[in-house]
Parts: sequence; C-alpha cells; structure tokens
Amino acid sequence: MASRRQVKIALAGNPNSGKTSIFNALTGAKQKVANFPGVTVEKRVGYRKFGLYDIIFVDLPGTYSLTAYSLDEKVARDFIINEQPDVIINVIDTANLERSLYLTMQVIEMGVDLVIDLNMWDEAQEAGIEVDTDKLARLLGAPVAKTVANRGQGIDNLLQAAVTLIESDHDDDEEIESETPPEPGRRDRRRGRRGHSRPHHHHRHHRHPPVSYGPNLDDIVKNLADQIETCRGCEFCHNPRWMAIKLLENDPAITGRCFPGWRGNQTLAGSLNESIEHIKATTNEEPEMVITEGRYGYVAGIVREVMKKPQVDRMMASEHIDNVATHRILGYPIFFIIMWLIFQATFKIGQYPMGWIESGVGILQWAALSILPAGMLSDLIVDGIIGGVGAVIVFLPNIVILFLGISILEDSGYMARAAFLMDRLMHLLGLHGKSFIPLLMGFGCSVPAIMSTRTLESQKDRILTILLIPYMSCSAKLPVYILIAGAFFGAAAGNVIFGIYILGILLAVAAAYLFRKTVLRSESIPFVMELPPYRRPTTKSVLIHVWERARIYLKKMGGVILVASIILWALGYFPRKTEYSVDYEARIEQLRTLETEQAEAKAAELEAMKASEEVEYTYIGRLGQALAPVMDPLGFNWRMGVSLVTGFFAKEVVVSSLGVLYQIGEKGEKEAESLMKKLRDPESGLSKLVAFGFMVFVLLYTPCIAAIIAIRREVGWRWMTFTVVFQLALAWLAALVIYQGGRLLGL
Amino acid sequence: MSLNDLKPGKVGKVVRITGDRAVRKRLLDMGIRAGGEIRMIKAAPLKDPLEISLGNGHISLRRKEASLIQIEPISD
Repeated sequence: MASRRQVKIALAGNPNSGKTSIFNALTGAKQKVANFPGVTVEKRVGYRKFGLYDIIFVDLPGTYSLTAYSLDEKVARDFIINEQPDVIINVIDTANLERSLYLTMQVIEMGVDLVIDLNMWDEAQEAGIEVDTDKLARLLGAPVAKTVANRGQGIDNLLQAAVTLIESDHDDDEEIESETPPEPGRRDRRRGRRGHSRPHHHHRHHRHPPVSYGPNLDDIVKNLADQIETCRGCEFCHNPRWMAIKLLENDPAITGRCFPGWRGNQTLAGSLNESIEHIKATTNEEPEMVITEGRYGYVAGIVREVMKKPQVDRMMASEHIDNVATHRILGYPIFFIIMWLIFQATFKIGQYPMGWIESGVGILQWAALSILPAGMLSDLIVDGIIGGVGAVIVFLPNIVILFLGISILEDSGYMARAAFLMDRLMHLLGLHGKSFIPLLMGFGCSVPAIMSTRTLESQKDRILTILLIPYMSCSAKLPVYILIAGAFFGAAAGNVIFGIYILGILLAVAAAYLFRKTVLRSESIPFVMELPPYRRPTTKSVLIHVWERARIYLKKMGGVILVASIILWALGYFPRKTEYSVDYEARIEQLRTLETEQAEAKAAELEAMKASEEVEYTYIGRLGQALAPVMDPLGFNWRMGVSLVTGFFAKEVVVSSLGVLYQIGEKGEKEAESLMKKLRDPESGLSKLVAFGFMVFVLLYTPCIAAIIAIRREVGWRWMTFTVVFQLALAWLAALVIYQGGRLLGL
Repeated sequence: MSLNDLKPGKVGKVVRITGDRAVRKRLLDMGIRAGGEIRMIKAAPLKDPLEISLGNGHISLRRKEASLIQIEPISD
C-alpha cells in the first residue's frame, strides 16, 4: 500500500474560466508545454507530489463543447478517450454556471470521474450570486470545490477532493467490500477501474446520475445503449451510453470508429436508423440539435435548483468600460494607442537589452579570441558558436516584452475587444479580428509575431496569419531599403521605402485571397466569441505566460536556430582560400612599412579585395555565383545574388555582405556612404529599376532562418516548405515583372 | 425578424436558428438557442460584428451568423 502511485488529472473548462490559473496554482513552476500528438494545439503538462501520489496534470484546451467541429474540442475529447485521465477537474466560472455546466454534461456523458471546481467564487459572491454546493454535488454525483485561483484560495481542497475521488476508486479495486460509506448521490459503485491493466470493454458503472434529455429521448438512448452493450463488434466502446449518444448525433469522428461494429450488427444499425428517423419526424430537427437542447434543459433544471442570482447583470461594470473601449469614435484611437505602446515597447525598449546582449557577445568573442590561438577552431568558436548563440538570444527581449503585453491584454479581457474592433477589417483578409496583433508585430520581427499566433483559436486562422506575416516588412529589412533607396532615389528615398511597405500589405491582401481560394479553402467555423468581463491581470499569471514563451523559444527553437546558424557560418567559411590572384599578404605588409597615410589606405583597399575574394570562394559565394543565370533576368549582378543568399541568415546581413563584396575598406559611417557610391557607380551596371526590383525582392523572399524555424514549430514542416518556396517564387516573379516590364516601358 | 434588426438595448426571444449543421451547432454550443433571450448591446464601430448579451455573458458574432437567428422582439 505504501508504494507511490502515478495518477493523471486533466483540467477541462470554458475559455476565460480561469482554467490556466488553476493549473498554475496546482503545479507551480513545475510544468512544460508541448503539442498534442499530431496537431499544434498546445498541451500544458505539470507535475506535483501529493501524499502517496505522483500527479501529472494536463491542461486541456479551453472549450465550450466537445464536438468534432473544432480542432481544440476534438483534441480535448480525444485526450479523454485515449489517455483516460483518472479524474477530470472541471473548472467553472461560478458566475457563468449555466454555460459551464453544458460542458460538464458532456464530460459526464463520457463517463469520466470529475471534480467540479467553482472558480472565481469571490467574483460570484460580489455579484450576489449564491450556489448551493452540496446540492450541486448531489445532483451531479461529483464533489464540488470552491476556488479563487488568482489568490491561490481553495487549491488544496480542490486537490484533496480529486485525490479522495481517486482513492475511492482505488478502494474499489483493492477491496470491493470496503466499509467506506458511499458518497452522497453515488448511485452505484464502479467495479473495475478502467485502467491500463483492465480490458477496455469491461462494463463501467458511473457514479453520476445519467444526463437526462427528456423521457422520449432517454428511452431511445437507453434502448440503443442496451443493444451496444451486447454488441461485441469492437474493443472501442466501453461506454455504451455515450456511444449511443454519439451515434445518434452522427458524430463523424466516433461513428467512423464504431462503424465496423454496428455495421456487422444489423439489428443495431436498423434501430439506429429508426431512432434517427423517429427523432427527425417528431421534432423536425437533427438529433444532434435535439440532444443539445436536451442537455441545456437538464442544465437549466440543475441551475434552477442550486443557484440564486440577483437581477443585476454582472457585466454592468464591463459594459461601462466598453462604453469607452469599444466606443463608435473613441474605440479605434484607444486601440491604436495601445497597439503603438506595445509595438514601441517591444521593439524600441527591446533595443536596449538587445544592445547589452550584443555587447556581451562581443566581449565573449573578444575574450575567446585572446585566449584561443588563431586558426580554424578559434574562428568556429568566435564566429560560428558564440556568434550563433548571440543570433539566438538577440530575439529574446522582443519575445519577452511582446508576450508581457499580450498576456496583459488577454488576462484583462481587452484582447477580445481588440478582436471585436478589428474583425471587420481582418475579415476582409478572411481572418479573425485577433489576427491583427500578430500581423502588426510582423513589422517589428517575424519571430515573436509568428509565436504570437498562439492566441488564435482556429488552426486555419493561424496558418493563414503565419503565411501573411512575412509580407509585413520586418525591421531587419529596413537597413537594406535605406542603403539601396539612399543610393538610387536620393530625396525620394523615404517615399520609395514607404511604398515598399504598402506594397507588402497589398500583396498580403492578394495572397490571403489566393490562399483562401486554394490551399486553405475549407469552410471555417463561424466567429462567435465570448467578451469576458474585464479583470485585473495578476502578476503571477502574466509572468508564467511570459516565462513559458521565453522557454519555448530557447528550448524548442534556440537549438535549431543555433545549429542552422553554425551550418550557415560554415558554408560562408569553407572552403578556405589559400591561393589568391595577388599575394595580398606580402603587398599589404610592404605598404604598412611605409607608414604613410596613402599607403595605409591602399593596404585597406587590398584587404577588402582579399576579403571579397575569400567570400567568392566559399560555398555560399559559389552558390550566389551559380545563381547568376537565375538572377540575370532580374538585372541583379552576382554580388547581389551572393548577398541575398547570405540574407537567409538575417536580413540585415545583406548590407554587410554587399559591403564586403564591393570591397569597402572603411568602417563605420563612411562604410554606408562609400557603399552607396559604389552601387551608384555606372560600372556596377545598376539602375534605379534594378535597385527597386532588389528592394521588392528583399521584401518578399524567404524569411530569415529564425523565422523559418518559428514557422515550422508553429505549423509544421509542410507549411514551412510551402512558405519558403512560395515566397521565393513570388519575390523572383515580382522582381522579374519590375525589371523586364520597366525595360519594356523604357525605364 | 432576424437578430440583425434588433436595436441596441432591446431584447428579443430566439424563435429559430437556420443555417448549416456546423454553424447551428456552434451557436447552440455558445448558448444561443430557441426560446432564449438576447439583448442587443451594440455593433462594432464598423457595424460588424455585433455584441449581444445572453443574460450572464456577452458574446460577439458577425452579422452573417446573426442573420440566421430569427427572433421576436420582447417589449422591455
């Protein structure tokens, strides 16, 4: 008896029920985030020791129902079916009992043991709402606990209730003739835990009174359930009553699994059809809707029995705030000020820690250089590894600040209002109002922007938003525009750069339309969103959310970005050039001995030429040159081709590569100036037309390696490959149209 | 009349919900059901979506879905 036992507890509940706060309060910092198998729906898993138990907590996606229509709901349901948690904690926003119990009914139907957690108990009390918890426990046949998650109240009682429930099961297993008095409302005792060791088709008795859908429907369900009980078609249905309901609802995910069974059982198949026809004929409605109505009716009955509420609407305070926050005229200015603040904080304030990180990396590189003997190893460590690590953590400040903002928006309830305000505009793109924030953040940096699509509920919205983020010209592309526009468009440079940004947005609109007509055609579920009451975000919940994102970035993406950076570094480093067209070393040395200013300048020029030859010789240099035939129709020379290949690492690298390839010896401010001069030089063969095409190419071509890895992490390999290929093709085509079209027009 | 025609502050009773199965099921899951009362709060500044109250909570939905919800006004 004294051996430790591992148990699994899942948390289910509506969005905005405080489910995640309960999860945080139960598990503390001992949690990790992964995806549910096969989908990119987030799965939070936490651990805790309690008495003799090692408890694994799983936070299911917040849902209102458990249908097969939405991915989140399907994921939550599949988890309950396949992973068979020992207990489900059903987190409920007490003031919203009726809607919450609708989900509870569906969990009860699945025959899982559950503990009802009346969360935000304080809020309900303040609103004058009274709930008879004993009666609720009796009616549902499940223990009821009261909590205030964000103040950590009632958490131990909740956990104790869950463990007591598990123990009573355990007793059933160990000693069936146990003397423990049955809990109130417990109709029959379960024999045989549906456990990993027990056969699945073992019949289970539930302690909950079955959900009633009205006498007529109850008879139909019972009749079918009895037939399923005797049907030995498959191992799948260990819960005949639930299966009967799903068959009546014609739930595709379930009937698909049951099909061989009931097909083989002609009597059952016949009765099912008969029942469906009967329901349709008597109610003039699909059985699915009739059953849903039945659940609501049952819930309404329970709520009438246990809840007393005043006539005051608890949304009153929120309505007052919304009179301003979503006001006809004031709504947008307020929204844009909030967006502006978050954007500025993320990218402007973010610059300071980014600067510290860069200096830190610089110091490390300097230290490594001074310790290590010069050579390949030193180059690998200094430029490859330390440089690569720097490239990874440099995004961290942006991610942390952005998610700080997003968490506050989400927890306060303003995020839903933002979606409410922006939905009309975003709907033009086929997106949900919430997609605005990730797209806006795309102008700063694609990596945090892509990560922030996690706030979108629908998988389709997330994919489409992620596909569109690269069109929002990120801040790393700006130095390229400044260089090229500065070199070729003089006073008009500002307007040209602005035009590039607008072009990106217009192309996003076009791409959204194209994607919706082709690769993302499936009909989406309608936009029906809860506007939760405004609440004060708690520091703990915000910090946990931020910490979670930072950790995902460092653990799940950092390593991949680091490896990719080192590979890119190696491609830009090897093979080493040993023989040069001129003996640079000797000549530079010779010039330096003269110690005149003129000779020094000449030496610098030679060094630049040497560096350029080295870059040409590396794999990346060769790739860039090999791409010359592809770049020719765009009017790009091989140097531009090579610089674009290096831009794969990070977009601002395009500028420094051009500097090296155009053999700019000077450093600092003069560097940009002399590079502009070189680019303008008629010898370079570049024109305004080519320059504009180049800027458009930079706007549109593949995002940098970190963004690509972020895309893979969020939506998988297939979409990542699709984006990369599509963006490359689009960039090439756009530059081609600009150059060739412009030439036809005689520009 | 449909929910779209309900003026802000007015209350209506849902008579019938039309539309395809997935949409109706979704509306039903969110608590919009025949016999239930809906109070119109307001439309977003660009006229779409709408904000409605179902008694305990506020919900936002687009006009396209609102047009599927048939209501009869209740004098309030």
